[in-house]
Amino acid sequence: MSFLAITRSTLAKDIRIEWRSKDALNAMLFFGLLVVVIFSFAFDPTAEESRRIAGGLIWVAILFAAVVALNQTWARELRNQVLDGYRVSAAPCTPLFMAKALGNFIFVITIEALMAPLFIAFYKLRALGPAWELLPVALLGTWALVVNGTFFAAVSLRTRSREIMLPLLLFPLSIPALLAMVNATTAILSGEESPRFWVALLIAYDVIFTTACLLTFEMILEAE
Amino acid sequence: MKRGLTFLGVLTGLLLSFALYEALVAAPTERTMGDVQRIFYYHVPSAWTALLLFLINFAASVIFLLRRNTKADIVALVSAEVGVVFCTVVLVTGPIWARPVWGIWWAPGDIRLTTTLVLWLIYLSYLVLRRFSNSSQTPVVAAVVAIFGALDVPLVYFSIWFFRTQHPSPVIGGGGSLDRQMAMVLLINWAAFLCLAGLVCWTRYLLEVAKREVDEAEALETLYEGSR
Repeated sequence: MSFLAITRSTLAKDIRIEWRSKDALNAMLFFGLLVVVIFSFAFDPTAEESRRIAGGLIWVAILFAAVVALNQTWARELRNQVLDGYRVSAAPCTPLFMAKALGNFIFVITIEALMAPLFIAFYKLRALGPAWELLPVALLGTWALVVNGTFFAAVSLRTRSREIMLPLLLFPLSIPALLAMVNATTAILSGEESPRFWVALLIAYDVIFTTACLLTFEMILEAE
Repeated sequence: MKRGLTFLGVLTGLLLSFALYEALVAAPTERTMGDVQRIFYYHVPSAWTALLLFLINFAASVIFLLRRNTKADIVALVSAEVGVVFCTVVLVTGPIWARPVWGIWWAPGDIRLTTTLVLWLIYLSYLVLRRFSNSSQTPVVAAVVAIFGALDVPLVYFSIWFFRTQHPSPVIGGGGSLDRQMAMVLLINWAAFLCLAGLVCWTRYLLEVAKREVDEAEALETLYEGSR
């Protein structure tokens, strides 16, 4: 089977499971909702203030919520020894990784789309810069979180208390991506400066880590 | 082997005492900062030593992935552990020095400050992974994570480079002027710190080798008991 065929069938399977159970989506959505509400109680910002802090709030909320989905990525495959089946099958493992990362990407983007109206309502947001630029920032930033998150979820499979291990590994490495996402969003919302540098940094981050993940994933999958 | 370790220990002791005297007594007092500037002789050598150890960790991780050599894995573990200790020294002495000189403990937008902090966090998470992971494949997983950490460092640097920086530009090779005697004291201190790092790493290396031998012997014994 070709790379694309394996990616497509694995991705379709994951989306089908998620569509029927909605485990990860519901958990992420409820978690994100809680973060939005708690932050809005904690800060109660005016429209002017929220333009400055919303970039940080949105992405921290998304990061925490994404961990919920990322933790389930591989744990689901441990039941019934599915992962062992992957290991012994002749199929290459990079399309498997790609499918998992794309699946998480779709889930997290869905959550972002559902949470965006909440943020706008709770924080009285109105972008002073060109709002469409938020779209590439969201896509690139989400991929940055999800590609490393999927990879480190596989790494933490081998550890004790793996649910705690994932954020411990993922957050330090995600600092440059998070910094770029937050600053790009704040730049667009406040309309004061161009987010171009931060978008370039996100592209570099995505390219470097996607390559690194694809090159080393086999070693992680085979490690047992 | 044993004699080499003793020799390095004696050398480290002598160099450290000499460097302490040089830094606290012999070095000239800085004109504007006064005596507090003497922390420089500990802050900068620790930073250089930590960076060198992280570099060794990266090289050892790559070598391990290519050759699957146990020695390389132990070197990676040991250099990360000792590197984190020296990095902690940098992060503790930095604010102590910054408070009287800049008037603040911490400058959040500063490039080297923040890069050092993120570096420290990354290697701490590497050590946590090694501690929490208990399969025989821990070295492979850890080496991959070490490489990811090393890839992250330039990105962290560039992301913070966009902010204005408060830290003085590099003293050596950065166009800054450093008094010749101060530079001498700095280098003596660095030599002493390198010896100390080498001594600690060597001892820790021997300890880790012994620990693995014991673990292996225990595993064999359990197998033997089980088969009887």
